[in-house]
Amino acid sequence: MHIQIDEISRDFGATAALTPVSLNIPSGALVALLGPSGSGKTTLLRILGGLEYPSSGRVLFDGQDATGLSVQERRAGFVFQSYALFRHMTVFENIAYGLRARPRAQRPPRPEIARRVTKLLELIQLPGIGDRYPSQLSGGQRQRVALARALAIEPRMLLLDEPFGALDARVRKELRQGLRDIHDETGLTTVFVTHDQEEAMELADLVVVMSMGRIEQIGKPTDIRARPATEFVRGFIGA
Amino acid sequence: MSDATNLRAFRAPTDEAPLARWLLIGFAALALAILVFAPLIVIFAEALSKGWSAALSSLNNRDALAAIRLTLLVAAIAVPVNVVFGIAAAWFITRFDFRGKAFLITLIDLPFSVSPVVAGLCIVLLFGANTVIGSWLVAMGFPIVFALPGIVLATIFVTFPFVARELIPVMIEQGRAEEEAALTLGASGWHMFFTVTLPNIRWALLYGVLLCNARAMGEFGAVAVVSGKIRGQTTTMPVMIEMFYNEYLSVAAFSMAALLAFLALVTLLLKTLLEQRHAAGLSASRKSH
Ligand SMILES: Nc1ncnc2c1ncn2[C@@H]1O[C@H](COP(=O)(O)OP(=O)(O)OP(=O)(O)O)[C@@H](O)[C@H]1O
Ligand SMILES: [Mg+2]
Repeated sequence: MHIQIDEISRDFGATAALTPVSLNIPSGALVALLGPSGSGKTTLLRILGGLEYPSSGRVLFDGQDATGLSVQERRAGFVFQSYALFRHMTVFENIAYGLRARPRAQRPPRPEIARRVTKLLELIQLPGIGDRYPSQLSGGQRQRVALARALAIEPRMLLLDEPFGALDARVRKELRQGLRDIHDETGLTTVFVTHDQEEAMELADLVVVMSMGRIEQIGKPTDIRARPATEFVRGFIGA
Repeated sequence: MSDATNLRAFRAPTDEAPLARWLLIGFAALALAILVFAPLIVIFAEALSKGWSAALSSLNNRDALAAIRLTLLVAAIAVPVNVVFGIAAAWFITRFDFRGKAFLITLIDLPFSVSPVVAGLCIVLLFGANTVIGSWLVAMGFPIVFALPGIVLATIFVTFPFVARELIPVMIEQGRAEEEAALTLGASGWHMFFTVTLPNIRWALLYGVLLCNARAMGEFGAVAVVSGKIRGQTTTMPVMIEMFYNEYLSVAAFSMAALLAFLALVTLLLKTLLEQRHAAGLSASRKSH
């Protein structure tokens, strides 16, 4: 899905988390929002997902104004920074949650839900952990379950907030490749937040560098490396 | 070789010296014995001082049975009302940012700091038969003071903080993330509440309900003021106990007191049983994060 962000701003009282920003995300792209802490990355991602409302500006999905759409109507697969798995449910129940929450008319029958969950567990390469609780998983496993849970609703886009934030370097590398594979397989427009410039450069088709609620530069990793647009970008990517 | 002696000599930094530990434990046990167990034993001993049949027959009369029924009825109304209010208040306070939040939290605590007698008096002054509202309500055939509605009102006021107070810290600690995840997965607000919020707060909620229930059945001061102590009509168990006692009917007074204590013990037992049965699920759901 093609996402357009049109002059979006967001204030929290006196602090401006986002000064008007505009951004065009082509359908099927894998985009990184890169920036230091407090630069407004999470705020922008939450506005896309419908968890936060902009103070002004519009969001368009495939050319249609989506600013007023509720969280549920947006059908965005959202992966939270701390994963936010339902701790009182098994992995199976976590992944099945979105399908079971559908109104009766659109809910797949039980065996179909089981089939889809099993398939997703295979996709994230963790077959056979369906009966475990989130507390019985490692950090990397939790992250992958959160991804599977988001994919289960057949989302129109994938939004990830620092998906590899709390993991050690080796697991990060592995999961990075995993995300790339899943993105290529599903073709979903994907936006992920990171403050790790290496991660952004390696994984994304398009990197959006942010600072203090502004977008400093938008470009392919190679372009940003070769031609940093501002002093800030030059410093941040260490070029 | 010297490992064993080393091990024995080692003490965790947070451990007290043995003497201090025994003194502390002894003091706690003594306080528990004097403040909790002694009164319980006295109540049951006095109730049964003339035997089981005397105790039972002292409760088997119109007034005593009416008091028991009234107490159970009041609790059955006040507790559900406060569960709904308490969840709503905790939800509002922990999930939204608004001005005057601190003031609202103070307001929730108000029943803890206001004497129940004063609370009862306020209800009498507001709804008594000699006030504008009160006389109108009496004319409509719906008196509040010296009747069931007043007793329920007073009980709800006194027990209001219990559920909200239990829930607020738990809901703050849990944060919004799981609820937001449910919403992004397409769940409606109600579906999210019943499948994510409620299961996460169920133990705090249960605890709040038990405390609320114990207090609702045991409240004396506020109820005594608004009930007018009409024998067999507006006397709850605690009020009835006082009346029996003042009339030197000590077996009846203590039997009723024993029954009230027994009801409280049953609720505690229920909680322990529930906790044990669900211990596995409880620890699994608590360990994560
Ligand atoms: N709910 C809120 N209330 C008040 N201020 C907020 C709120 N959410 C975000 N902010 C502020 O908005 C600014 C941007 O926050 P945001 O969470 O988007 O940053 P971020 O780029 O995701 O940072 P990090 O890398 O640390 O997660 C910060 O100054 C933050 O303090
Ligand atoms: Mg963030």
